[in-house]
Amino acid sequence: MSLLHKNTSAVSEAVFKEQRQLRRERLLASPGLIIGFAGFAVVLALALLVPALSDTDPNAMVVIDRLKPPSGEHLLGTDEFGRDLFVRLMYGARVSLWVGGCVAVFSCVLGVIAGIYASYFKILDHILMRICDGLIAIPGILLAIALIAALGTSSWNVIAALTIVYTPSVARTVRASAMVIREQPYVEAAKVQGFTNFRILWKLILPGVISPLTVQASFIFAQAIISEASLSFLGAGVPAPAASWGNMLQASKLIFSKAPWTMICPGAAVILCVLSLNLLGDGLRDFMDPRTEGGAKK
Amino acid sequence: MMTENTTNTANKPMLEIKDLRVLFPVHKKWLPAVDGVSLSVRPGEITGVVGESGSGKSVMSQSILRLRDHDTAVRYEGEILFEGENLLKKPLAEMRDIRGDRISIIFQDPLNSLSPVHTVGMQLSEILMLHRGMAKREAGERAVEMLKMTGIPNPENCIKKYPYELSGGMQQRVMITMALACEPRLLIADEPTTALDVTIQEQILHLIHGLNEKLGMSVLFITHDMGAVSQLCHSIKVMYLGQVVESAETEKLFAGPLHPYTKGLLACIPHLNVERGRSLPVIDGTVPSLSKMPEGCHFCTRCKSVGERCEKMQPPLIEAAPGHFVKCWKYVDDGRQGEEVRL
Repeated sequence: MSLLHKNTSAVSEAVFKEQRQLRRERLLASPGLIIGFAGFAVVLALALLVPALSDTDPNAMVVIDRLKPPSGEHLLGTDEFGRDLFVRLMYGARVSLWVGGCVAVFSCVLGVIAGIYASYFKILDHILMRICDGLIAIPGILLAIALIAALGTSSWNVIAALTIVYTPSVARTVRASAMVIREQPYVEAAKVQGFTNFRILWKLILPGVISPLTVQASFIFAQAIISEASLSFLGAGVPAPAASWGNMLQASKLIFSKAPWTMICPGAAVILCVLSLNLLGDGLRDFMDPRTEGGAKK
Repeated sequence: MMTENTTNTANKPMLEIKDLRVLFPVHKKWLPAVDGVSLSVRPGEITGVVGESGSGKSVMSQSILRLRDHDTAVRYEGEILFEGENLLKKPLAEMRDIRGDRISIIFQDPLNSLSPVHTVGMQLSEILMLHRGMAKREAGERAVEMLKMTGIPNPENCIKKYPYELSGGMQQRVMITMALACEPRLLIADEPTTALDVTIQEQILHLIHGLNEKLGMSVLFITHDMGAVSQLCHSIKVMYLGQVVESAETEKLFAGPLHPYTKGLLACIPHLNVERGRSLPVIDGTVPSLSKMPEGCHFCTRCKSVGERCEKMQPPLIEAAPGHFVKCWKYVDDGRQGEEVRL
C-alpha cells in the first residue's frame, strides 16, 4: 500500500511540475500581461520615487522660465508659470494612481459585499439590483459631476463620487459569478453540514469570484484614471494648483499652439498609464481563465 | 417472530416519518412528490429505500433535513419525528444545528460536493470547529484520526490535498468522513455508490456497514441498486411515485416479494448466466409525471396484473404477512378492505 501511495504521489508531483511549466509558458506567451505590468510598474515607481529623485517643488513658479521647450534643464519643458512639467507629471501620476487605486479598492469592496449578498438572498437581490440599474442608467461622468457639485471638489470627494459610479458594475460581475457557484453541489453540501449563510458566502462563494474580480478591478483602475482626468479637465476634479493630469491638460488648452508639449506630455501620460492597465487587465483575464487559449497557442 | 416484536417495542424509533407529504408548486397547483410516506428507523438499524428515478426517495431524504426550504417553494404535511422532535416545526436556525451534527447526509457525486478551493483538512476541521467548537489545531488532529477510521491511507498527507487530487473512491471516503465528523445519530446516504465503479462500491458499502456496527448510528440508505440494499440493509422500503408500496425485512422481501413493482425490480437485476442476445427483463413504460398521476393505484399504468379496481381506487397499505407490508389490491381480501396499517 505504501509503495503504491509513493507512486501516486510521485505521479502527482510530476503533474504539478507540468502544470507549473504550462503556467510559465502561458505567462511568457501573453506579452500583453508582461508589457502592461511593466508599464504600470514604471509609472508606479516614478510616482512613488519622485520626491526622492527631484527636489523641485511641483508648484514653485519661476516666471522667467515660463513656457520653455524641453531641454536638458527641464526634461519636458515648463508650463505658463514656469513650473517643471516633468516633475508635475510625476506628481500628477501620484494623484491619478491614488484616486484610481482607491476607487478600484473601494468599489471592489462595496461591489463584492453587494454582489455576494444579492446572489444569495432573493429580496435583497431585487432591491440592490434595481439600485444598480438606476445608477448604471445615468452616464458615469455626469453622475460623478453631479455628485461632486453636491459634495464640493477635493480628491476624497472625487474618490467617493467615482466609487459610487463604478460599484454597480462590480456588484453585477460578482453577482453573476456568485450565482453560478451558489448552485454548485458543494454549497448545498455545506448547507447540510450546518454551515451558516455567512460562512457559505465568505468561505465558499468569495474564493470563486476572486478571479473575475481581479480583472474587473484592473479595468476600473484604468477607467477611474480617465474619469479623474476628465473631471479635473472639466474643473470638477482635484482642485488646482495641485498637479494632476487633468488639470495640466486643462491649463494647456489656451497655450498649446505656442507650447504643444504642455498638452502632449500629460495626454501621453494618461494614454500610457491607461493602456498598460488595460493590457494588464486583458492579460490577467486570459491568464486566469483556462478556457481562453490566450497567447498560449503558439 | 416473537423476539423480533419485543425488540421492536423496546427500541423506540429514532426517526419516525408519519404520513409525510411534500408538495411542490407546478403550474399553480401543489403536486405531491412524496405522497403519504410513513417509515421508521430504529437506532443502529440500516433502512434501505429503493425506487426508480422520480419515485420521491431523494425528495423524502432531503425533507428530513429541510434542504429545499431555502430556495424553492415547498409545502410539508405530516410529521418527521427525530428523537421525539418534529423537524418540520423547527425554525431553520435550529435545523442548522442539527444538520451535520446529529443528522448527516452524503450525496451521489463526491467531487462536486467538496469545495474545490479548500483542502480536505480545512473542510474537515471546519465542521468540527462549527459544531464541536474545537480549536483549529485540535480539529486538525481529529480530522486525521477520522480519516484513518474511514480507511484512507496516509491521512497526514491527505489532509493537505485538494479534492481533485484524490480518486473517486477517496473523495467519497472523504465525504463520508465529513458526514461522520460529529458522530451523527443518523446518516442519510443518498445513492452514495452510484458514481463509483463496482470495486469501489463494494469498499464503500463495507465501510458504511462497518461504521454502522462500530458507532451504532442509524443509516437511511437510498438507492436504486437492489444488490447494494440486499447486502447492507436490515429492512427495505420500496418506493414508487412518492409512496411506499412494499416494506419488509431484507430476507423476507428478497425471498418473497409481493408487490408487482418489487417483483419487476428484482427481475430486472441482470444475471451473468443469461443467454447471449436475449433481451434483458424490464418494467414496461415510464414513471408518469406528477401532473398525470393515475387516480387509482399509482402503479396501474405499468402493472402486469392490473385489475378493475386498481384503476379506480388506491389500495391501502396492509400487512400481508407478519412484518411484511404491501400496497396492492391483490392482497386485500374483501373482508378487510380499507383497513389501512400505519408502519
